[in-house]
Amino acid sequence: MLYSILRSPAAAPQQLHIPDGFLSAPVAILAWLVTIAFMVVAVRRASREFDERLVPLMGVLAAFIFAAQAFNFPVAGGTSGHFLGGALAAILLGPWPALLVMAAVIGLQGLIFQDGGLLAMGANIFVMGIVTVWTGYFAYQALQRINRHVAGFAAGWLSVVLAAVVTAFMLALSGTASLGVVLTAMAGVHMLIGVGEGLITAAALALVRAALPGMFGEQVTGRRSDATTILAGGVMLALVVGIVAVFFASPHPDGLERVAEDTGFLSSAQAAPFQIAPDYVLPGLTNQTLAAVIAIALGTLLLCAVGYGIARALRRRSQRLAEAHEQ
Amino acid sequence: MHINVLDQFHNGDSPIHRLDPRVKLLGALAFILTAALTPDGAWLAFVALAVLWLALVLMADVPPGLLLRRGLVALPFAAAAVTVLFTLPGQALLTVHVPVFGWQLTISDAGVVRFVTIMLKSGVSVLMATLLAATTTFPDLLRAMRGIGIPKVLVGTIGFMYRYIFVLVDEVQTMLRARDARSAAGPAGQRAGGTVFWRARIVGGMVGSLFVRSLARSERVYQAMASRGYAGELRWLDKPKVKSMDIVWLAVMVLVLLMIQLWARLVA
Repeated sequence: MLYSILRSPAAAPQQLHIPDGFLSAPVAILAWLVTIAFMVVAVRRASREFDERLVPLMGVLAAFIFAAQAFNFPVAGGTSGHFLGGALAAILLGPWPALLVMAAVIGLQGLIFQDGGLLAMGANIFVMGIVTVWTGYFAYQALQRINRHVAGFAAGWLSVVLAAVVTAFMLALSGTASLGVVLTAMAGVHMLIGVGEGLITAAALALVRAALPGMFGEQVTGRRSDATTILAGGVMLALVVGIVAVFFASPHPDGLERVAEDTGFLSSAQAAPFQIAPDYVLPGLTNQTLAAVIAIALGTLLLCAVGYGIARALRRRSQRLAEAHEQ
Repeated sequence: MHINVLDQFHNGDSPIHRLDPRVKLLGALAFILTAALTPDGAWLAFVALAVLWLALVLMADVPPGLLLRRGLVALPFAAAAVTVLFTLPGQALLTVHVPVFGWQLTISDAGVVRFVTIMLKSGVSVLMATLLAATTTFPDLLRAMRGIGIPKVLVGTIGFMYRYIFVLVDEVQTMLRARDARSAAGPAGQRAGGTVFWRARIVGGMVGSLFVRSLARSERVYQAMASRGYAGELRWLDKPKVKSMDIVWLAVMVLVLLMIQLWARLVA
């Protein structure tokens, strides 16, 4: 029974663990190379920061993330919310140690539980380690001074959604799925799943903040950098993703379109993912996949803006309350 | 949680169990790489890979049924690949009417070939990984990781993590039991606990307190190590020398895999 708790997909559904066979060899190897480059830096930075405490600290915290992924809470309809932990680790430990911890977790899951492949492990560490850690870290840094609950939620939510988007791109590049469909499906599903991640991250941070007030905010969030720099970095990242998307989308247009042209059968199916949300397609853009990519990027940016606005309003309100309290 | 939960077949004694763990890890990786490089529709190559796997399983004297069952873990991911059925250009085989949205989806022959190929690649890869995990003890896997050049710090972290997983999963189960005891499910239809937000906050609190406890535990672990002479240097037993038999094994494995790959590309 203990075994089943660890292994049961219902207790800890790990939709993002890519098994072997779903990525083409070039994509898997490229992901390994990028991951190795990040890991080299992570090992060096974390060793310098924690010195001889590093291995016991990282080892126990990796076990913590692994165990915390077994936590679940019932959501409607027999599904359950679960927890990935990359954003939380990044906020609590800083990005480089968090990357080390996540890599250890994913490595063990692949080697012992076959949760995620061995050749695909580079891609899995890239998605669930590098992407979630840096997204969570930057989102939290950008928003923490406005409102820490909102920042924690945004970090968890964004990390899961972005990880899903990157996974979709990898699958599409491998020829395993068509970009338009898999991107819409992955991003859509994980926008919901991410809510659980965001809520758990925010609540866990609140508890740690209360339990370890000295630790939180010093070592934990690291250097304070300017929110505008981070926002600028985010916009640049979005642009890079957009350019990469254009680069990969144009030489071979979406399979959906090609089938439609070749067979003439699919005229209705072609537009299927977009019929549900017709607003997804921007006017003036012929390549619907590209339009979907841009729409998702825009949507994310808009959501960030909305979140920022809400956070500002909350902060003003709490300031007013504090002032009223003083008087 | 007992360590035997994970290590059920490691104590076997067979030519496969006795192989150098580095050879096993590299051999498994080569096998999975071969599967990944096999072109669409090279069915005989997949049959050859499956036969190779079965031969290794029989030599290792591990029940194949158990490995097959453990290999099912990758199956849910098939949903991601289903789209290629409909999106690859090719001869139309079958048109499905989806009643919900009034869609028409056409399955193409190239789509079917690609989908089945992906599932076979995934299947043989997962089976090989389960065989590796079922015939190699965890300390041996760690030694293999050291052997292929993964940094000491990372291997050490994974080793520590493995030790404390058992402790922390026990803590998680205690906490989950406590939660169930305090918000027990009532008769069917009656909601246990509060809203989804409430539940997420409770789980968040549990995650947070697990972190606080883990941090304290890691400090105790470090103090215990320091008091026993640990000064930041991770010491490992000397790497075992590779026996000539191991090299022969790896060479044969790679040769067979190369032949399968060439055959798949040139003949099949």
